[in-house]
Amino acid sequence: MLNKTPLWKTLMVMFVIAIGMLYASPNLYGEDPAVQVSGLRGVEVDASTLDQIKSQLSENNIEAMSIALEKGQVLARFRDTENQIKARDLLHDTYGRDYSVALNLTPATPDWLAAIGGSPMKLGLDLSGGVSFLMEVNMKEAVNKAQTGLVGDFRSELRGEKIRYRSVKLDGDAIKVVFRNPEDLEKAEDYLSKQNRDLLFTMDEDSLTLKAVMTEQKQKEIREYALQQNITIIRNRVNELGVAEPLVQRQGQKHIVIELPGVQDTAKAKEILNATATIEFRMVDTDNDIGNALDGRVPASSQLLYERNGTPVLLKKRIMLTGDHIVDAGSGFDEYSRPQVNITLDSPGGSKFSNATKDNIGKPMATVFIEYKGTDRKDADGNTIFEKVEEVISVATIQARLGKNFRITGAGSQQEAHNLALLLRAGALIAPIQIVEERTVGPSLGAENIKLGFQAIIGGFALVFIFMMIYYRAFGVVANLALGANLIMIVGVMSMIPGATLTLPGMAGIVLTVGMAVDANVLIFERIREELRSGKSVQQSIHQGYDAAFSTILDANITTLIAAFILFAVGTGPIKGFAVTLSIGIITSMFTAIVGTRTVVNAVWGGKRLDKISI
Amino acid sequence: MQILKLKETVAFMGYRKVAMVFSILMMVASIASLAINKLNFGLDFTGGVKVEVGFEQAADLTKMRQVLDANGFDDAVVQLFGTSRDVVIRMGERPGVKAETLGDQILSVLKDGMGVNVEMRRIEFVGASVGDELTEQGGLAMLTALICILVYVAFRFEWRFALGSVFALFHDVLLTLGLFSILGIEFDLTVLAAILAVIGYSLNDTIVVSDRIRENFRKIREGGPEEIINISLTQTLSRTFITSITTLLVLAALFFKGGALIHGFATALLFGVFVGTYSSIYVASSIALALGISKEDLIPEVVEKEGADHEEMMP
Repeated sequence: MLNKTPLWKTLMVMFVIAIGMLYASPNLYGEDPAVQVSGLRGVEVDASTLDQIKSQLSENNIEAMSIALEKGQVLARFRDTENQIKARDLLHDTYGRDYSVALNLTPATPDWLAAIGGSPMKLGLDLSGGVSFLMEVNMKEAVNKAQTGLVGDFRSELRGEKIRYRSVKLDGDAIKVVFRNPEDLEKAEDYLSKQNRDLLFTMDEDSLTLKAVMTEQKQKEIREYALQQNITIIRNRVNELGVAEPLVQRQGQKHIVIELPGVQDTAKAKEILNATATIEFRMVDTDNDIGNALDGRVPASSQLLYERNGTPVLLKKRIMLTGDHIVDAGSGFDEYSRPQVNITLDSPGGSKFSNATKDNIGKPMATVFIEYKGTDRKDADGNTIFEKVEEVISVATIQARLGKNFRITGAGSQQEAHNLALLLRAGALIAPIQIVEERTVGPSLGAENIKLGFQAIIGGFALVFIFMMIYYRAFGVVANLALGANLIMIVGVMSMIPGATLTLPGMAGIVLTVGMAVDANVLIFERIREELRSGKSVQQSIHQGYDAAFSTILDANITTLIAAFILFAVGTGPIKGFAVTLSIGIITSMFTAIVGTRTVVNAVWGGKRLDKISI
Repeated sequence: MQILKLKETVAFMGYRKVAMVFSILMMVASIASLAINKLNFGLDFTGGVKVEVGFEQAADLTKMRQVLDANGFDDAVVQLFGTSRDVVIRMGERPGVKAETLGDQILSVLKDGMGVNVEMRRIEFVGASVGDELTEQGGLAMLTALICILVYVAFRFEWRFALGSVFALFHDVLLTLGLFSILGIEFDLTVLAAILAVIGYSLNDTIVVSDRIRENFRKIREGGPEEIINISLTQTLSRTFITSITTLLVLAALFFKGGALIHGFATALLFGVFVGTYSSIYVASSIALALGISKEDLIPEVVEKEGADHEEMMP
């Protein structure tokens, strides 16, 4: 008999739709206001922290719905925002230093559902409110920094090999070493080219010059590393901001996207993110007269810098230690109540620093604060030119050999010491970054967008429902069932895929899919009508209708899917959001139209002797 | 219920010359407008600062302009947006001020100068270089999509159909861009997404029609290509209408209910669905016909016996 669906197929359809419903259901539960406590740099949240927080909250009569340790952070859920705020303030006072205490909205998904991976759809910033930054890493500076580093390496390598040279300096993209005689030149070439396999060396016998240039491959590696390093550091900085569910992601060759849902204080966020700071420790040049330097006669091995109050300081160019070795930093006060920054180094940094300070006890050492600031000038490629701002923040006499732990004073205020510590703790950026795009969406606008979006979806849905019911009668009802199942499955799949975010254009994508999903059913139903008109029996018509429409539906949807995939691959932000919902919608609508409605139609009309059907 | 009761085949292709003239005129008009008016590119593409603020009462635009003017923001464009309480302020990047702080500055100037409560709804700053990249990417996305579709359709159908459908897509995109240029509606990223959706929709329509033409070429023995195309278009006409109606229904909901932000998106799609429907009937089929589509092109290849139909192969 025609039009019987095998049991396994019916069961499969039911199973797929049930799964869709199951994973769509977390969206119905809404969200609980919560406070999230997570450790900063090195500090771990454990069971004892959990107990402390529990007892502290109950002592202060703040009633929490649940407090639990989840994914390495303590999450306390509350019944209302009033308790949430109270708890945040209380916990912030106690834990603010070593932990980030952030407000959060936690899905109120029941435990059993969360256990099988159920969670609501993520909302894009246009729907949830918050701020997003697009940052650009200055790759030129990254390469330049590496080249400058090579200059120092060359000097020490040559010194170590006792090869005498006249000068080592950076000339454009090349490191130029000038020697006194051809023998030294050849010895150096022989040695250096073995040590530095990723450099291209050229010798010029006439001018006794050795030139080294980085290979394209090496430069690419440096750029790649700079981007990765910056992403890591920005992640740390974002954690310092204590934002719930931040997003830090690479985009293309030199961009980093940062999304901070719920953040309204953009000034603070920018200050932390944008600060590209590091420190260097250098010896004060006491052999030369600063007066001469001020007149413009600065010795080649030294540099003239200024303190914040304008006092000039003559420093040796050689860097004793860079900020890359700092693993922790905190602020406090010294015995004279002056703000100070306590610094901890990693072990290579510690031994390096210990060696460097050993020979210089009793001599003054300066801490130099370096910041890269974007200027309004652009270079030929349209990239922002960065300005290196160096400032001496402290000059102190080395009292003893310094090891892994030491402190620096000289920061102006406690706030400044705090900020400096924060920046040092977050790490030094290898290459300066700059905000090239910033978008802030107010929370009320986000809520309004959601409201309007849902209204549009429901409105559009209702209109199509009514139309289909009038136009195709009983079969219209089947199509509407498919449409409903389709929407549930889109939501289900969106909730299941970790990277999928619902945005405003994404919502529009859903609306559009609803309109287009009907198409598959219309194609089938029109075919069935045609077959009926041509005088075929009811069962024959249904069978033929589905059969003939199949290849059309397939072709039409695959071509649209191609378009959607390309959109996803090359698009950014809203376009990506749109592409995601569109492709999911196409796939689910193919399933519901071809397999889903067939099952229902067969169950209701199939296998019976009928003279008429309601279509 | 049935909207269209067609007993006779409609001679669609008989009007194809008229349609062609119409299409060419529209395309020329679009190109002309794009050349003269250009597209009113949004912040996403041009770079600059856009601040959207909300007032509790109807906004006093004149006063706002004065306040901004007095504080050095004399190049700011102030417009109502959606309702009389929502205002959008737009301005280019400016030398001397860090662009990313401009938004905050404008907001504080307004808060101080207006004497009423101003609510920040949205601040956007986009660097010009980002805009350039986007324009490039958007164009690239569209081009890649068109080529991939061309290849797929050529593979599944026939190159004449592929050319016809891709030209139909080009036609729809050009006309939609033309509309945006003529009406001066802001062209932002959501509109770009909409145009890409128009491609999807129009393609869907064209494929359905092409599919039927292919089927009929194989099934119907008598009649020339023109007649077969007419029959196919007539057969698919009611489907084309129903699908357009349901899609237009939801788009209308989006247009009227979706809020100001999605207006450009809905406008592009509403228009695109109209053009897409028209182009799948006239543009794609007319081109396939003009390129000389014939029965032989679409009949599946039969294993030929040697010498069996030598006559046909002779000139």
